[in-house]
Amino acid sequence: MATARSSTPSALDWFTTGMGRLALALIVPLVTFIGLWQGFIFLRDSNAPKWFVAIVAIVWGVGGAALLYFVSNWLVEQLSPEWVRRLQPFLFVGPAMMILTWFLALPTLRTLYISLFNFDSTVFVGLENYFKVITDPNMLYVFRNNLLWMVFGTTFTVIFGLLVAVLADRSQFETIAKAIIFMPMAISFVGAGVIWNFIYEVKDRNSEQIGLLNAIWVALGNEPQAWTALIAPPFNSFFLIVIVIWLQTGYAMVLFSAAIKGIPGEVLEAARVDGANEWQIFFQIMIPQIMGTIITVTTTVIIFTLKIFDVVIVMTGGQFETSVIATEFYRQSFTNRDFGVAATIAIILFIAVVPVMIYNLRSFNEREAF
Amino acid sequence: MDNRTRKLLGAIFVNGVLGLICLLWLIPTIGLLISSFRNRTDVQVSGWWTVLPHRAWVKTGEVEIPADADRNGVMTIGGATGTFEEFREGITAPDGRRLTWVGNRRLGRVEVQEQQWTANTNFTLENYESVLTGKEYEITLPDGSVQIQRGDDMGNAFLNSLIVAVPSTVIPILIAAFAAYGFAWMNFPGRRILFIIVVALLVVPLQIALVPILRDYVALDLNGTFLAVWLAHTGFGLPLATYLLYNYISQLPRDILESAFIDGASHFTIFMRLIIPLSVPALASFAIFQFLWVWNDYLVALIFVGAKPDVQVMTQRLAEIVGSRGSDWHLLTAGAFISMLLPLTVFFSLQRFFVRGLLAGSVKG
Repeated sequence: MATARSSTPSALDWFTTGMGRLALALIVPLVTFIGLWQGFIFLRDSNAPKWFVAIVAIVWGVGGAALLYFVSNWLVEQLSPEWVRRLQPFLFVGPAMMILTWFLALPTLRTLYISLFNFDSTVFVGLENYFKVITDPNMLYVFRNNLLWMVFGTTFTVIFGLLVAVLADRSQFETIAKAIIFMPMAISFVGAGVIWNFIYEVKDRNSEQIGLLNAIWVALGNEPQAWTALIAPPFNSFFLIVIVIWLQTGYAMVLFSAAIKGIPGEVLEAARVDGANEWQIFFQIMIPQIMGTIITVTTTVIIFTLKIFDVVIVMTGGQFETSVIATEFYRQSFTNRDFGVAATIAIILFIAVVPVMIYNLRSFNEREAF
Repeated sequence: MDNRTRKLLGAIFVNGVLGLICLLWLIPTIGLLISSFRNRTDVQVSGWWTVLPHRAWVKTGEVEIPADADRNGVMTIGGATGTFEEFREGITAPDGRRLTWVGNRRLGRVEVQEQQWTANTNFTLENYESVLTGKEYEITLPDGSVQIQRGDDMGNAFLNSLIVAVPSTVIPILIAAFAAYGFAWMNFPGRRILFIIVVALLVVPLQIALVPILRDYVALDLNGTFLAVWLAHTGFGLPLATYLLYNYISQLPRDILESAFIDGASHFTIFMRLIIPLSVPALASFAIFQFLWVWNDYLVALIFVGAKPDVQVMTQRLAEIVGSRGSDWHLLTAGAFISMLLPLTVFFSLQRFFVRGLLAGSVKG
């Protein structure tokens, strides 16, 4: 900054005077703002080659965010130390809180508000949408599916994740095994849909099966089945849940693996010396030691599975009674254009998550002490 | 049983179960990889596992259909006897050969097939070419006619995904790191209640925010711009980022910060010079998760990017190939595999940080 270089002669000295500092305090944010705005206009309207736009966009986005912190911090630090002490915490916490308010807190309140109005939010209808949704027989299977997703998706993800983490910890092939289990995390839900088509695809009985599951099924002397479609609901949902277990186990495994490595070696050694067998060590020492992580992982996986959207949309489009809350929400707001009912469905999803939230806040209060 | 045999048995058990799970986990991906190198017809008529050596019926010749054969009744051809329907299913002659009617009742012919070891090793790079370059290509349909189709310009979507994913990973981490430091090491009124709000928002489903944010974006004329998608991903990723980074940053030793304060450093300097370098493992580990989530996101892109082809990201292109022409599996496979490459590279290159970084956060968290 120019103010710091007192040795620079003449014109720059003016910026160290009171007037100069005030002018700088106005000019710097202005220049920053104009620069960022120009970048935005360029990105929106430019016809430059794509790779060039990519570089500009990344530099502008990442650099812009950092620049805003630097400039506003510089502004704050022009004030007296007393004010710096008062204002700086809000400089650190403020942006996060503002974005959270805009993107999550207000929408929650606004969705609640919209859910009390009719399809295009013009007439107040009170709780009518809620009665409509709860009594709609189609919504019943949606809720049933979400329950299946939550119970089976979460249970198997956590169990497989824990199993792999424990086994890999004792295997000399740890790195490669963990990489293999983690790999599906790198695959988009859409890509996973494609992959699993090669497992679930069905051809009529006279052609060769190109889906692995049907190939095995037919080789065992059965009729080919449309696993995700025509199998009696809710069993077709299980074939979708398998996909998500396959996708998410890597997430659980990584967190469990880290937690297991955090158990002090002496504790395990002491137990072995005392003659505990491997089962006792697992259930009586490891599990209690990593309980915090188990809760964290279970919570996040419950939230993932409650919010599940992509797999269902890609595999079945929510047809054949495989629809879940998120796909139903999407259908209501973007196909049916019934924003009232859509908002109601979203609020019901939120209410479903509230117990998880309360539990987490409670355990947070137990754990954290300022 | 002595100790060594027990240890050996234990190792066999551990590696056996682990290997079995890994195999189960690998099969779908292997299927995709193999399929992406097979041509259109092969993908649609035979399973990907047929590239492995297996025993199958292979055509070894043809036999004439006797001119006097009763095509509506029972015929004897090449030593086998049956009706047209039975021949179409394939009849095994007494000598072990199989006779199969190919084509319709009037004009068909009868093929002689024998069980042989075979592998379907007809590989091609064409799928990748047409997906990556968007060039026009000719395909010969099974009935012999030639059709010209335009491939998908996946390269464009790849760049868009990159433009979306990099800032959507870095910006929330930057903002969350500042906030985490603020919550952990700065005193200000409302600290506790604000932090509780952050944790509470951790579990707000993002579906709730879609409609209101969409309205804001339309009002601000932001919809379809990259800034809109970055902000959305930042907002939805922030609670988890702040919570995890708080767990890490608050555990850093107090003495380091104290000595820095004594040396006259400001909060901002300490944060930039001390906290950020010390938190690299935690930052990197969250970066991988956030990058994977953003890269693989479909819902946020679908709603805030919309249908404009020039800003569509890879998941949208993939979903579109699935939706608009579900039969073009050969293109899908290549597209899906290309979309996996970057996340896999990121994962393998940052894996070291990953485990070490989460160690500190998750044990306490």
